Amino acid sequence: MNVSTSKAALQGEDARALRRALSRANARQKWRAFALTVPLLVFLLLTLLIPIAALLQRAIENPEVVGALPRTVKTLEGWKPDAPPSAASYAALVEDLGHLADSSDAGALARRLNSEVPGARSLVMGAFRALPVTGSPEEVRDRLLQLDPRWADPPFWQAIAKNGSRWTPDYLLASVDLRRDSQGDIERMPPDLRAFGPILLRTFQISFVVTLFCLALGYPLAWWLASLPARKANLLMILVLVPFWTSILVRVAAWIVLLQSEGLVNRGLMGIGLIDSPLPLLFNRAGVVIAMVHILLPFMILPLYSVMKNVPPTYVRAAVSLGSAPLAAFFRVYVPQTYPGISAGALLVFILSIGYYVTPALLGGADDQMLSYYIARYTNVQINWGMACALGALLLTATMLLYSVYRRIGKAELSMG
Amino acid sequence: MKKHIITITMASCLAAPAFAEQQITVINFGGANANAQKKAYYEPYEKTGTKVIAGEYNGEQAKIKAMVETKKVTWDVVEVEAPDVQRGCDEGLFEKIDFSKIGNKADFLPAAVNECGVGVFVWSTVMAWNADKVKTAPTSWADFWDVKKIPGKRGMRKGARYNLEFALMADGVKPADVYKVLATKDGADRAFKKLTELKPSIQWWEAGAQPAQFLVAGDVALSTVYNGRIDAANREGRNLKIYWPGGIYDLDYWVIPKGAPNKDASMKFIAFASQPATQAVYAQNIAYGPVNTKALAKLDKKVLDDLPTSPANAKEAIQMNVGFWADQGEALEKRFAAWATQ
Repeated sequence: MNVSTSKAALQGEDARALRRALSRANARQKWRAFALTVPLLVFLLLTLLIPIAALLQRAIENPEVVGALPRTVKTLEGWKPDAPPSAASYAALVEDLGHLADSSDAGALARRLNSEVPGARSLVMGAFRALPVTGSPEEVRDRLLQLDPRWADPPFWQAIAKNGSRWTPDYLLASVDLRRDSQGDIERMPPDLRAFGPILLRTFQISFVVTLFCLALGYPLAWWLASLPARKANLLMILVLVPFWTSILVRVAAWIVLLQSEGLVNRGLMGIGLIDSPLPLLFNRAGVVIAMVHILLPFMILPLYSVMKNVPPTYVRAAVSLGSAPLAAFFRVYVPQTYPGISAGALLVFILSIGYYVTPALLGGADDQMLSYYIARYTNVQINWGMACALGALLLTATMLLYSVYRRIGKAELSMG
Repeated sequence: MKKHIITITMASCLAAPAFAEQQITVINFGGANANAQKKAYYEPYEKTGTKVIAGEYNGEQAKIKAMVETKKVTWDVVEVEAPDVQRGCDEGLFEKIDFSKIGNKADFLPAAVNECGVGVFVWSTVMAWNADKVKTAPTSWADFWDVKKIPGKRGMRKGARYNLEFALMADGVKPADVYKVLATKDGADRAFKKLTELKPSIQWWEAGAQPAQFLVAGDVALSTVYNGRIDAANREGRNLKIYWPGGIYDLDYWVIPKGAPNKDASMKFIAFASQPATQAVYAQNIAYGPVNTKALAKLDKKVLDDLPTSPANAKEAIQMNVGFWADQGEALEKRFAAWATQ
């Protein structure tokens, strides 16, 4: 057998079959590897992606008016929004209300319209309770107006006309302080209703300050821990972790005890003569930041520590032996090697802070509440789940945007330690 | 022996369903109020043979809504605040109440009789101070705003409800006219403007237990507070005082979530808790007013003096306008959130 014939054989029929078999084997292997990740993917799909999709859907879903008042919506097509509507609209409204299967549908309709026009709840429920109203369209109109003169006000009818489709941008618009006027054009909310823009800004502000404090406090501690022998470092690490395992509510209550005007901190400071009257440390921004920094500190220390553990001390020594001042060596040689830890810790703390809700609710004032507080309010108190979902979507989008900016600027590969 | 145990186990398994029918889950708001309910209602009712499992929540109607919508109702009787009764009733969250099974309508405060709810007690949001720390007693709601006359911080509930009413009273509106004024655009503007005056001195509270703590600790000079919390603190030896005029009283209600499993037992429990005798025991344990007016005759003067329903205390008080807050609540709370950022 010589070289040229074997080469010819490889180029022939057999070689192709061999290559095919090889790629098949490769593909099989890939599929097997993929199959191993399937449980995780299914888990993510069920617990993360589907809920997020449902949340986004609920933020634009608008079934109440179109489901309850189909005839009324039809009669309002082409209606000039500034004049009172025609008698046919009143008649259609009464007919629609009469066709509702259950009083809970009327309640849902009333709630939806009330979140557009305050007062619509009592108006709609009043009409629903007055049923049956019969007669010619004109008689029906007069009867409704007699029941409640507000039925002549165009804003209620505009709200019905505006919500005549199954999907609405209104919740999302409201979450960024915009709204549609009666003509359907997008405009800014009046100044006394612009709430969520400043609240989102405040959410990021507080998170940023908390991250900064966590870094300033956590970095030296992690550095010190990393430089200790393993036994000692482990012991001290437990001290970092014990508060990490304690319930947040317990820690919040502890801070109330410590920070109140007759608490340990103020008494101590007054005892050593540093201050004359107690500092306001609670139920304001200071209290929120102090408690959040304490709660989130471990999330900064742990990634920093694990990165620092792997930084060889020889580089700094080399820099110093080559004539660098120790401080300059620290900042120019050591710190850059811990960037992955800094970015992972900062990102972790920042993202966790953004969703904080209990701590600011219990330790903050009215202007220290973060966006999730309002999401909870709309969910639990106002029962306006569309608005709650829109605010959730806003928080999600803002966080994703920020993360992409961070990736672009930071460029550092994310390392969770 | 072994056989014996098996027989017993089997017997208890068989008995379990019968036993399960005789227990109901009652959800309340916790705290001092829950303790008083336990003494006045749950423990005596258990003697009639039905086990009462008490639970707490924070008024989240979303929980009831979720239970009713998924048809997995595990709560039998729930205590809810007034604004949520009518709203929940409209939206089909609660069972309708057949009042003939509860008692004689004429014996009850008119507000205690609702399509879907039965009043539990009357409570009031009032102004209070710590007489050990504040020497000048306030004599009007304008004094609440006057930080020169009575120096110190002011405790207020985080939110629009109550605060807007009190702001208008401080601005000279008569208590009886408060809701009429607040319903107008100018009136709401006026209330927020007045609130802005006091903003730097306000220390906000979130949970009902907080304002009494603030007063005891001396963190605030005056505070708005639920009157029962003051009573609870005074029972522990504090010296807190209440300014009753302009107080905003309101009722809490028992409701039965729609589709709750033990409707009959629940109705019996509510009827039991609405009797003059049990209502009187409740009022003796916490200073909230009975809704069954016949209970008043069973109470001595010392208890009556602390109740929001006693004639002297109720004279210049107003009832919270549930209809107003159902209509305007969402918009005003949003405006409050915007106001807080300014």
